[in-house]
Amino acid sequence: MIYTKDLVHAFAPHRRNALVVSGRSGQYWLDISEGGADLPVGDPSMGGHAGFSFGLALAQPEKPVVVFDSEGDLLMNLSILTTIAEKAPRNYYYFLMDNECYATTGGQPVPNAKNVAYDLVARGCGINRTYFFDDLATYTAALPEILAKDGPVFVWNKIHPEIENRPPGQRAPWRKRSPAKVVADTRKFLGVTR
Amino acid sequence: MAAGEKRTMMSDEQAAALSPESVVAQMKQNGVSHVVWLPDSETNWLFLKMQEEQSLSLVGVAREGHACSIAAGLFAGGAKPIVLVQNTGMMESGDSMRGWLLNLNVPVVFLVGYRGYTRHGVNHDSAAEYTERFLLAFGIKFYMVESNADADRISLAFTESELTQRPVVVLIADEFHGFN
Repeated sequence: MIYTKDLVHAFAPHRRNALVVSGRSGQYWLDISEGGADLPVGDPSMGGHAGFSFGLALAQPEKPVVVFDSEGDLLMNLSILTTIAEKAPRNYYYFLMDNECYATTGGQPVPNAKNVAYDLVARGCGINRTYFFDDLATYTAALPEILAKDGPVFVWNKIHPEIENRPPGQRAPWRKRSPAKVVADTRKFLGVTR
Repeated sequence: MAAGEKRTMMSDEQAAALSPESVVAQMKQNGVSHVVWLPDSETNWLFLKMQEEQSLSLVGVAREGHACSIAAGLFAGGAKPIVLVQNTGMMESGDSMRGWLLNLNVPVVFLVGYRGYTRHGVNHDSAAEYTERFLLAFGIKFYMVESNADADRISLAFTESELTQRPVVVLIADEFHGFN
């Protein structure tokens, strides 16, 4: 299994000009980069990071778009994979962080937690370029190849669960910008006006 | 009523209906780039016209809530999406509307098929019964379009949406014309 922090830190040197939707890795990505190309929108509504990043990729076809999403989010929106496969944005890279549980609510298992082959699900939906990693070294070594391929690419990673048991009100806030500010900053960074 | 009179009456009714051409014209007039949509019984007639229109990219979803996050991403990247769903799907996607559109200040127009709307106010479909209550609960402004004569309300919705940086809904209340 891979630690989320290591997953995003290994990716960082390969980022180039990618727009990064940090999803559930947000608090770690924040230590790496926090500008207009970074979109730590937090948790606007569970399961939407895939759709949000996919829409961003359609709107900005010349820039790579990378998302770090969780399996709990994906399960809530599994059919988004069919939409992604149909439109097949060449600039879209989806990194799944599978810790087999809902870590932010105390670690309860997601349905059929240990028996879902997410790469097969993605392939079955029509995303042909898929990877699976459960150790950091192999993942890190493969990153140049992954990011050299045309998207959509689906990368399934087994992640150590970092279970949070404190009540939400007792958790330290990590976001520096509101979700609305993140979107506004990205639009400004991209120079879009409409 | 003689057969000929009935045909004339139907023709008048068809003439009063909302045409797909006028809806697509409104999309073009307002610079829509992407139609994020899930087919419904009220808007199926739009599909062919939207496919023909080269300035529109169609993004089909399998559940309406996806349309909200996708629209938010499209907006963040500088595109101009419109969402085309039925009232049932709009209600299904309530939390996505809250989280991905209202919270992120995303100005997007929804064209929503008003399933069950009867015009005379006696609805027999709970989808119609709860549609406007849902929008009022979310504080989302809405317009009603019943025929070509109302089509420019779609432009009003775009203007409203951009001024407020919020989603605005256009209820397509044309089911009573019987095109299904």
